[in-house]
Amino acid sequence: MSLNMTTRQVGDVTVIDASGRITLGEGSSAFRDMVRDLASQGHKKLLLNLGDVSYIDSSGIGEMVSGFTTVTNHGGMLKLLGLNKRVKDLLQITKLYTVFEVFDDEAEGVRSFQ
Amino acid sequence: MAPQDFTAPAGPASSEHLLDSTLETIDAAEALVTEAAQRLGIDEDDIPGLGMAIRECVANAVVHGNRYSTKKKVYLRVWVGEKSLEVLVGDEGDGFAVTDVPDPLAEENIMKQSGRGILLIRAFVDEFAVRKREPQGTEVRLVKHLPQ
Repeated sequence: MSLNMTTRQVGDVTVIDASGRITLGEGSSAFRDMVRDLASQGHKKLLLNLGDVSYIDSSGIGEMVSGFTTVTNHGGMLKLLGLNKRVKDLLQITKLYTVFEVFDDEAEGVRSFQ
Repeated sequence: MAPQDFTAPAGPASSEHLLDSTLETIDAAEALVTEAAQRLGIDEDDIPGLGMAIRECVANAVVHGNRYSTKKKVYLRVWVGEKSLEVLVGDEGDGFAVTDVPDPLAEENIMKQSGRGILLIRAFVDEFAVRKREPQGTEVRLVKHLPQ
């Protein structure tokens, strides 16, 4: 299953709903393009909903880090929502929980930008 | 992160595969190994991690080793033992030293885009070793044990 992404606005927060796999190849490049486009269009509050993402590999993790840097360089913030246990474990293993703000509840994630 | 000693498995492999240097090979290798792991009875909770280790290993072979060359192959051999699953992944690239791979957990590397593959492999298997493959390339050995 490849990666599907849609966006929606919750106030001034752009929620990216992702589903599928963020892995080497189409998945990670689609993710990269989406985040770069949103950042260049001026979206500064990005909440990436990974609730329906079943799998992320090291390439996907790399794109998330790169996306975080891209958004930060545009004066914005990229935060994560709805990680399953496997993705949480990956953030622990790679120590990226020290980089990303992570939320289980969407409303709480949205409020965190205010 | 020094590699462990590389002890080649004894006896013929349970299965051997000669694969193209493509992204599709990563999916194929994961499917082959996870199917063998299920057959052996490796804990269901451990199989996704093992699958990730195989994916990272084969991705390294395809991308960094063979550089997607249509002239180079990825060698996958699987041993299904009584108490463990053992996998060798070989490529025909220029080779690399594990000790030259920067520590992805070091503060200066945390925000780098790449370099986490070996960290993830180590996290999900019980044994990991790398050696130069003759006449050319790199060979990686992964072992996952059944719970005692």
